[in-house]
Amino acid sequence: MNKFIPYTARYAVLPMENVDTDQIIPARFLKTTDKVGLGDNLFSDWRYDSNGQPKPEFLLNKPFAKGVEVLVAGTNFGCGSSREHAPWALQGFGFKAVLSTYFADIFQNNSLKNGLLPIVISPETYQLLVASDAPNPGQATLSVDLASQMVTLPDGSTMWFPIEPFAKYCVLNGVDQLGFLANADSDISAYEQTHTTRVDTVGL
Amino acid sequence: MATTPQTLFEKIWNRHQVRPETSETPAVLYIDLHLVHEVTSPQAFTELRQRGLTVRRPGQTIATMDHSTPTTPRNAQGIIPVLDNQAQAQLTQLESNCRDFGIPLFALGSENQGIVHVIGPEQGLTQPGMTIVCGDSHTSTHGAFGALAFGIGTSEVGHVLATQCLLQSRPKTMEIRINGRLSKGVGAKDIILAIIAKIGVGGGTGYVLEYTGEAIRALSMEERMTVCNMSIEGGARAGLIAPDETTYEYIKNRPRAPQGAGWDAAVADWQTLVSDEGAVYDAVVELHADELAPMITYGTNPGMGIPITGHVPTADDMTDDSARAGLAKALAYMDLEPGQSLIGKKVDVVFIGSCTNSRISDLRLAAQVMQDRKVASGVRMMVVPGSQQVKKQAEAEGLDEIFKLAGAEWREAGCSMCIAMNGDQLKPGQYAVSTSNRNFEGRQGKGGRTFLASPLTAAATAIAGVICDPREILG
Repeated sequence: MNKFIPYTARYAVLPMENVDTDQIIPARFLKTTDKVGLGDNLFSDWRYDSNGQPKPEFLLNKPFAKGVEVLVAGTNFGCGSSREHAPWALQGFGFKAVLSTYFADIFQNNSLKNGLLPIVISPETYQLLVASDAPNPGQATLSVDLASQMVTLPDGSTMWFPIEPFAKYCVLNGVDQLGFLANADSDISAYEQTHTTRVDTVGL
Repeated sequence: MATTPQTLFEKIWNRHQVRPETSETPAVLYIDLHLVHEVTSPQAFTELRQRGLTVRRPGQTIATMDHSTPTTPRNAQGIIPVLDNQAQAQLTQLESNCRDFGIPLFALGSENQGIVHVIGPEQGLTQPGMTIVCGDSHTSTHGAFGALAFGIGTSEVGHVLATQCLLQSRPKTMEIRINGRLSKGVGAKDIILAIIAKIGVGGGTGYVLEYTGEAIRALSMEERMTVCNMSIEGGARAGLIAPDETTYEYIKNRPRAPQGAGWDAAVADWQTLVSDEGAVYDAVVELHADELAPMITYGTNPGMGIPITGHVPTADDMTDDSARAGLAKALAYMDLEPGQSLIGKKVDVVFIGSCTNSRISDLRLAAQVMQDRKVASGVRMMVVPGSQQVKKQAEAEGLDEIFKLAGAEWREAGCSMCIAMNGDQLKPGQYAVSTSNRNFEGRQGKGGRTFLASPLTAAATAIAGVICDPREILG
């Protein structure tokens, strides 16, 4: 994971509620054993017709979608399955952040593990972003600074967003959480000395 | 010494803190049991290899094959053929990962193989008070035993493999109290669909649900699993039911259950795993079982559910523009009209299976409806047992013969048409009544349309050929 660098980016608006992970990346693309190439199938069933041709009316097939780095979406984004392929697919397309009024828990966790920022915004900010995009879709920009937890909106106003301190530390510094856990080894060993685990799968 | 009353969740959470949460860092939470399958684990094993790490507790880890596996009949050699090269590569990789890291594996077609959330309880591995995780959102199923069980992503699968721990922030708690008793023809699936319709698909986000009340106490273990299974469809990562005699009875004498003196010690401990009198939840929701009817979904998320005798909502029933847009989009996809009844709607496929409803009691319910009846012409009915053990038991009871005589397909164990990544899928435009857990667009096949319902409603629909209130057939 790379260190976070503040950026200014164009955004695309997907004005739908409850976008589930089966839409983000349908299950038939989960037969892969690595993380690469998933961006090509991001929102596959909305993006391509039955012959695999791009549907011109879908957001990500519009000319402005090329190079767009932020997705603004309706509430409860990422609900459904635990597939980490969802953030991998979003990143594979080129997204660095998703802004929504609400994220599903597992999607939010998975995104942060990969440095894809799920940024929670107020309904008013959501409306402002939708309105700023409407006259010239995909052209308005916003800026993201993680250190100060601020988003600068197209009208120049700024908005603070919440993020768990540890996740922030990890994304900011490009540190992954497995290293932190591995450093807790002596505590884990001490815990295992006294903890009763009534399970043994070996020999099943 | 007077102690603060605790919820069941708090008791389990506190027991498993290797390090408590601080203002700077999440808690380090110990995991008792890790369930692994072929789809969400390959990249985690790759990570371990790249870092030169081992699996910390192979004896607290179990793997199975379920998501991408075919459910087609065995060949003359007794082998279930895998025709999809990508799926085969994934299965081969799980085999080599389990061999290299010392993890026990229930391989495709072996006697204990099955859906990951069916096999844990079946083997007696799922026990009260445990922490259980899996790279699958329906891990909430195991909460039926009073275990804290939740789905994780692939990065976290790697964390648990390597350290047997997870970094977790403490969730909030929500009591969902179901008072009263269910009436005939109404079951566990109807309870959970009614709950999700009430709280919405995001209503449980950030919470662990605890299901309580008379109607929950009256449920069998398998019915409790159906309820807890769909906690995630209300946005909650975990759902819990406090253990009781029903729980102990179910676990006793299973292959990996505690034995002898260990059993008595375990039960004594499990008896303490209840929410204390006066324990405080962050939120409380109440439903009345007596008022529930068989439920069915009409839309493209599991919160879009109605009593089967009801009507599809109209724009006027929605509270805001966004919800109205969501309803319009869902009805356009489903090709349904606002205000219409679903009873009498023709269906193409009926699917009985999935980690929600593929256990022996689900199959018995369906068989009870199917006995001496025929699947309506033009309807394809698939019955997919949750595990090889469920399949064996059903065959011993002759349930397979009832299904086959009725004209249904009796298949091998797996996730099958719930996730449609193994070839079992709807064709574009087809309608299915399904006992699975998700009716998202394309979930059961690109362009396919899903009505979620109970095994009774699914079986009754298969016979009628149109959506049918099971109470009509049960009499």
